[in-house]
Amino acid sequence: MGFEQILFWLLALGVIVTSALVVLPPGGKNPLYGALLLIVSFFFMSGLYVLLFAHTMAVLQILVYAGAIMVLFTFVIMLLNLSKKELGDETRTIAKGVGVVAVVALAVKTALVIETQTLNIPAKPLPAGFGGVDAIADTLFHNYLVPFELTGVLLLVAVIGAVVLAKRTL
Amino acid sequence: MNPVSDVAARAAEAAAPVAHSIPLYWFLVVAVVLFAIGSAGVLARRNALTVLMSVEIMLNAVNLAFLAFAREWGNMHGHVVTFFVIAVAAAEAAIGLALVLGLFRHKKSVNLDELTALRN
Amino acid sequence: MSPPETLVDKLDSPWLGVVLGVAAVLGMLTVNVLFLVWLERKVSAWIQRRMGPTEVGPFGLFQTLADMLKLLSKQLITPRHVDKPLYHLAPLVVFVPVVAAASLFPFSAGLVLQDLDIGLVLVFAFGGLAFVGIFMAGWGSNNKYALLGAMRSVAQNISYEIPLILASLSVVLMSGTMNLAKITALQSERGYWFIVLQPVAAVIYFIAALAETNRAPFDIPEAESELVAGFHTEYSGMRFALFFFAEYSNVFIVSMVATVLFLGGWSGPLLPGPVWFFLKVYALVGLTMWVRWTFPRLRFDQLMSFCWVVLTPLAILNLLITAFVARLV
Repeated sequence: MGFEQILFWLLALGVIVTSALVVLPPGGKNPLYGALLLIVSFFFMSGLYVLLFAHTMAVLQILVYAGAIMVLFTFVIMLLNLSKKELGDETRTIAKGVGVVAVVALAVKTALVIETQTLNIPAKPLPAGFGGVDAIADTLFHNYLVPFELTGVLLLVAVIGAVVLAKRTL
Repeated sequence: MNPVSDVAARAAEAAAPVAHSIPLYWFLVVAVVLFAIGSAGVLARRNALTVLMSVEIMLNAVNLAFLAFAREWGNMHGHVVTFFVIAVAAAEAAIGLALVLGLFRHKKSVNLDELTALRN
Repeated sequence: MSPPETLVDKLDSPWLGVVLGVAAVLGMLTVNVLFLVWLERKVSAWIQRRMGPTEVGPFGLFQTLADMLKLLSKQLITPRHVDKPLYHLAPLVVFVPVVAAASLFPFSAGLVLQDLDIGLVLVFAFGGLAFVGIFMAGWGSNNKYALLGAMRSVAQNISYEIPLILASLSVVLMSGTMNLAKITALQSERGYWFIVLQPVAAVIYFIAALAETNRAPFDIPEAESELVAGFHTEYSGMRFALFFFAEYSNVFIVSMVATVLFLGGWSGPLLPGPVWFFLKVYALVGLTMWVRWTFPRLRFDQLMSFCWVVLTPLAILNLLITAFVARLV
């Protein structure tokens, strides 16, 4: 196994284990641990992005997810300072169990399907500057200009919405 | 590998398909596993904060799949979509957390099972 | 313009180069922090008409070294009610991004460890990570002063990051690259520094950087008259030293970013590149110290409204005007 492959398995294992711990007890019981584990998992994830030659996206992942979104999460968790009672009981119903089993079954089935479906895709050679800022900007502003502007509007709406929601009592 | 010969080899087989050392399938399996973890969290957890974090895991799984396909097709469209997903995730987190704050003020709890105002 | 040869390219093995480079940066930061702490005490003494450290070494230069040895040899006290994993990890989480960010700077033409076309974004990404460590320290300490300090720090840092990045963006808009070495080379080529064309952005950047590094007059996260010591109240010995190290290195890093963006980095006549680079950085660090010992501390509400009502709109306006002018020219 080559160096890149070993790196891939380490990163993949890291991202899966930390993400699972966000949902399972350490994170699921205490949202604060969950948020911190999620930050670790974003780091492993950006490592995977680098293996896919998407280094700009890897940096954006750290900047936006770990640096902004998760700080927002931790800040809200700190602000609420939830007790056991306020977190609420995690009830174990049959419906939930069925749901989780269904999700796992679906995941296994999807994995089997994509194995047969993707094996024959011929990988195209990467153009020069693949994954760099220039290449992303080229595609973004030539092919996706309107969605880009709409994203700006969406973020503005989110800012205003967050202020309105947080100020008013529901 | 010697970088000079690597560049030469790449130029020689510019049109022919290339073999990446890590196949597309591996990345997709990781994405599927992450998506399953995220959706299981959304289904099974009733704490609003953990549910929001599970949604972030699902979005990340989708991003990974997009970037894996972008490498496979050798174009940047997947990267741009990932860019949009990150922007939307930021908006979603801001609104979602504001809702959690409002919910907490109203109910003194962040348990989603207690949100039953519309049921009766 | 051919890309300058980087340090790593000169060595046979890229891995060896990275390890050596990180070790060099770590050494540079350590010496630097020792010097900056001494400088801070001397500057404060000078402004308050005192002597400052005089006993250890010439002009008291080795005072910080002695202090550090003392801190190293101190017993590490772990309070009983802390959240152990968070409490122990926090100093490292604050410390590591600082070293990572410092390893991205071009100290001279070709004297750069990692020449990335997204260097500026990466510096800000690492800067953003420090909040997580501060937050872990405040929460893990299980102490009301520490928690209040951490909350103030995180709120302040998130808010001031916006004008900070907007001000940097106006320089990026003018130079058309986010590569730190290329931004410097461009200023060196054109013969003027970007502060000439972007004075407003430079001032906004400087003020926001003071707030980002929790320096006076924005040092309310660790306002000793209200909060004991803020988020690191419960830390002692070497763990406290790591926070201290990160704080001074952060001041150094934001000054390095300002030097690259606004003051032309290593460009300058006669003297070699690294000398110019460090001269400019130390001039900026000296300015932050001067500011610290001159202005009184702001109240928290003043701090937040100053960011959202004054700095951010001003930075957006500046960015808009820059965009229009850059399109016209």
